[in-house]
Amino acid sequence: MSFTEIVFYAFSAIMVVAALGVISARNPVHSALSLVLTFFATAAIWMLLEAEFLAITLVLVYVGAVMVLFLFVVMMLDINITQMRAGFMRFLPFGILVALILAVQMILVVGPANFGLDVAGFASPVEHAADYSNTKELGRVLYTDYVFPFEIAAVILLVAIVAAISLTMRRRPQTKYQTPGKQVMVKKEDRLRIIKMQTEEKQ
Amino acid sequence: MIESMMSFVMPIWEWLPMWIQVLVTNVFFIVIIMVPLMLSVAYVTYAERKIIGYMQVRIGPNRVGPRGWLQPIADAVKLMFKEIIIPTNSNRFLFLFAPMLSMGPALAAWAVIPFADNIQLADVNAGLLYILAMTSMGVYGVIIAGWASNSKYAMLGALRSAAQVVAYEIAMGFALVGVLMAGGSLNLGDIIDKQAGGFFNWFWLPLLPLMVVYFISGVAETNRAPFDVAEGESEIVAGFHVDYSGMAFAVFFLAEYANIIMIAALTSLLFFGGWMSPFGSYADVPLLGNGFHWFVIKTMFFIYMFLWIRATFPRYRYDQIMRLGWKVFIPVTIVWIFVEAVMAVMQIGPWAV
Repeated sequence: MSFTEIVFYAFSAIMVVAALGVISARNPVHSALSLVLTFFATAAIWMLLEAEFLAITLVLVYVGAVMVLFLFVVMMLDINITQMRAGFMRFLPFGILVALILAVQMILVVGPANFGLDVAGFASPVEHAADYSNTKELGRVLYTDYVFPFEIAAVILLVAIVAAISLTMRRRPQTKYQTPGKQVMVKKEDRLRIIKMQTEEKQ
Repeated sequence: MIESMMSFVMPIWEWLPMWIQVLVTNVFFIVIIMVPLMLSVAYVTYAERKIIGYMQVRIGPNRVGPRGWLQPIADAVKLMFKEIIIPTNSNRFLFLFAPMLSMGPALAAWAVIPFADNIQLADVNAGLLYILAMTSMGVYGVIIAGWASNSKYAMLGALRSAAQVVAYEIAMGFALVGVLMAGGSLNLGDIIDKQAGGFFNWFWLPLLPLMVVYFISGVAETNRAPFDVAEGESEIVAGFHVDYSGMAFAVFFLAEYANIIMIAALTSLLFFGGWMSPFGSYADVPLLGNGFHWFVIKTMFFIYMFLWIRATFPRYRYDQIMRLGWKVFIPVTIVWIFVEAVMAVMQIGPWAV
């Protein structure tokens, strides 16, 4: 077994165990942390595929930002664990069925046959030379061949941001807030009044 | 002597499998980077106490060793022998795991830092992204520590810190986008090569607003004063590490200083030419030419800036921190990226391709 294979199987094992941990951990915080570990192992496997841009972006976006906010929410909510796990065994067969359907769909859509790869042997993709830059290749394709889908995706995200903010924003007139512009513009004359008066006799 | 030792060692070395050779050499290089780094972390704590001491017209630590030079060693020994108290009802595993999580990323990011021309552990194509990913990981230590302590104060500190780090990370990321546009690469070595030619060719000049935003965001990211609301003593005691004692606390403390050195090193790499000499035309003169010492000097200067800022500014109020991050820094970076894009199209400045 070559070193690459050892690395691959090690990270695959971590990924599968951590993914099981996500759905089986008793504590929601542990579930979220298992998901972080799953992302990490996935990133390592993508790294083996020389997809370093995707791997690092996965860590940067999902681990560094999305999961932080997830943890944030999970920690704030006081989730009743026993209530959440009440129907676990009852819904297990249904869950397994859904998972199987999902797996079949994924294999049909992103299976090796769709990318002109060897179906039977699951051969690893061709290795590139040391000066091959995945980031550069990805950028080139994204901004030439797929520029319109890329921009449409960006617009959809922007709409989602605007929608999320406008749905949750509440204007509360009674709250006090500062206007830093006004604060900076304040002059001495606005605040200070100098009164001329006679000195008073000492009492 | 060395000859005979080499003739004895080399066959054994070559007999070992390839991956063990790679592993051993890498571990060796990691140790070479880590040991001086940990020593400088220890002495940055000493420098901080001494420098802030002088700024406040007092002397600072001067009892242990000559002029107090052994103070960090004494502190480390003291902290090692103190008891680590684990609060009841805390999550034991996560409580002890959190300090490691905050230390790990701070050290892992050093893998791609170029110390001098072609001297770096890993020459990664997407080095800048890797650094961004690693620095964004540091917040986990804080959040998990706050949650696992099972304490209200720790929890509040963790939540504050998480919101703050996520906010400033965006500005930081945008500032780095500006750097990679100017450098034309994500590789740190290439970014430094693009800054060749002396003081006025470094990126600080064309990217001045981004440099300022990056450094201030770095101060906020490391939870340093004046952005240290995560541990604001006056409101929430000590924030996320209020329940930590002994070595578990010390690891948090060291991670904070490791992050400071990291941000200082990155500022000098990305905006101040890293190991490039400020005297571009004297490249042949020893010590004035390019070299590792310039990187060290620049990094030390920015570490000093951290301490200087801490000694100078009062702590921000929480809503003002959020305002600065979201409403000031992010617009500034977006505007400057736009300016850069326009200049790149017009073929002006370092963006002319």
